Amino acid sequence: MSMKFDKLMTWKELPAGCLIDEPSTSLRFKTGDWRSMRPVWDSEKCIHCLFCWISCPDSAIKVENEKITGIDYNYCKGCGICASICPPKASAIEMIREEK
Amino acid sequence: MKTVAKTGNEAMAYAMKQINPDVVAAYPITPATEVVQIFSNYVADGEVDTEFVAVESEHSALSACVGASIAGGRVMTSTSSQGLALMHEILYIAAGNRLPIVIALVNRSLSAPINIHCDHSDTMGSREAGWMHLYCANSQEAYDSLIIALKTAEATAVPAIVSTDAFILSHAMERLEVLEDSDVQNFIGEYRPRFSALDLENPKTYGPLDLQDYFFEHKRAQIDDFSKVLDAYDKAAKDYAELSGRYYPALEEYKTEDADVAIFAAGSTADTAKEVVDDLRDQGRKVGLVRMRMWRPLPVEQIKKALTKFKAVAVMDRSDTMADFGGPVFLETRGMLYDSEEKPLITDYVYGLGGRNIKLTDIARVYDDIEQVAKAGKIEKLITYLGVRGEE
Repeated sequence: MSMKFDKLMTWKELPAGCLIDEPSTSLRFKTGDWRSMRPVWDSEKCIHCLFCWISCPDSAIKVENEKITGIDYNYCKGCGICASICPPKASAIEMIREEK
Repeated sequence: MKTVAKTGNEAMAYAMKQINPDVVAAYPITPATEVVQIFSNYVADGEVDTEFVAVESEHSALSACVGASIAGGRVMTSTSSQGLALMHEILYIAAGNRLPIVIALVNRSLSAPINIHCDHSDTMGSREAGWMHLYCANSQEAYDSLIIALKTAEATAVPAIVSTDAFILSHAMERLEVLEDSDVQNFIGEYRPRFSALDLENPKTYGPLDLQDYFFEHKRAQIDDFSKVLDAYDKAAKDYAELSGRYYPALEEYKTEDADVAIFAAGSTADTAKEVVDDLRDQGRKVGLVRMRMWRPLPVEQIKKALTKFKAVAVMDRSDTMADFGGPVFLETRGMLYDSEEKPLITDYVYGLGGRNIKLTDIARVYDDIEQVAKAGKIEKLITYLGVRGEE
């Protein structure tokens, strides 16, 4: 069975047992709009230590060829872990209020 | 088939041995301790293949059962009273996730005052958790019911509680017939779970958060699945009857064909009431008994058909709703009959709380009362607390 996500299912369409019967469905839910604080990444200051990448609970740090390329705001919830884990000498991530 | 002498607890433990579940997680509590104590002996002696998980509470016991069931195992446990109360939140989780766990339960009153003896307040307090409930009248039935309940639970993905009356059944030795291990195994068949967390080819998410957008739909689907339990149960009970010669309908009628009045009761009291019915029948009195065996889901149509033919019915409740309106069986029975054109006058007898003995003379007095109600055509006393000092 494949679950539908484009519209809300009726009770007769749901798989029994409250389960989600395929993996990686969280990719389809853009949770970035929960955010009130936004991390802003500075490519000039970044030393690509990947501390933020390994610490991000939402896998929202984008990496290509072992280099950070930015932050995926579709999934970043603005928790600030990336900014706090970033080595003080680099300070490549700053948290700013979303409305700014 | 062989004849043995077993207590209710021994009978349930023996049924568990023959079922040979994949996982049993349990915590001891009087008077159900023996069930898992005996079962753990089977484990230690290598007579079953079960992974026995000794946990630190009933909350943990049922939680471990939930995990094992999600992993695709055939899972059982046993408890009583406060233990079931401590399992309460997990009862809903097991049912909501459609995990066909079976509990061998011994009915015991809930504290306070602290008491270890029989009443039905424990399971009656859990009747909205989404589990099938079966109340047994003797050890034979407890043995048979566990096997039928497991088959029904796995066919419908609805978990089941099979209960006996504390000490009256759990610790009283009776003669019973048991099946061969192979007959039990053939009857229950290999368990084919609808899903398994160990199915690595088809990863799924189990028990996710479900908010305003989907919770209601999931509950509605669960309620719909519950409506299929009665038919699945009856099929399993009939198949079991072919194997054993013993048929257990969801609702049992005893000498009701021409009866004017009847008692509606559950558990060991119903078997006691049969003796009274026989005595009164010898005196030419038209009395009968309807035994409530399944109380979740409610066999509504069967109950309506059975009870509407009498002039008066006494419901025997071994617990109270604290609603100032009698016991749960009374309340639900009156609700079920509300739309019937012909319906009996129904009174309630709350009895036997905390293991208070119910005597043949107590039951005979109830028949005296309802014959009077039937004759007068009206109810003088709606709710009676039977056998308590200070009450007429």
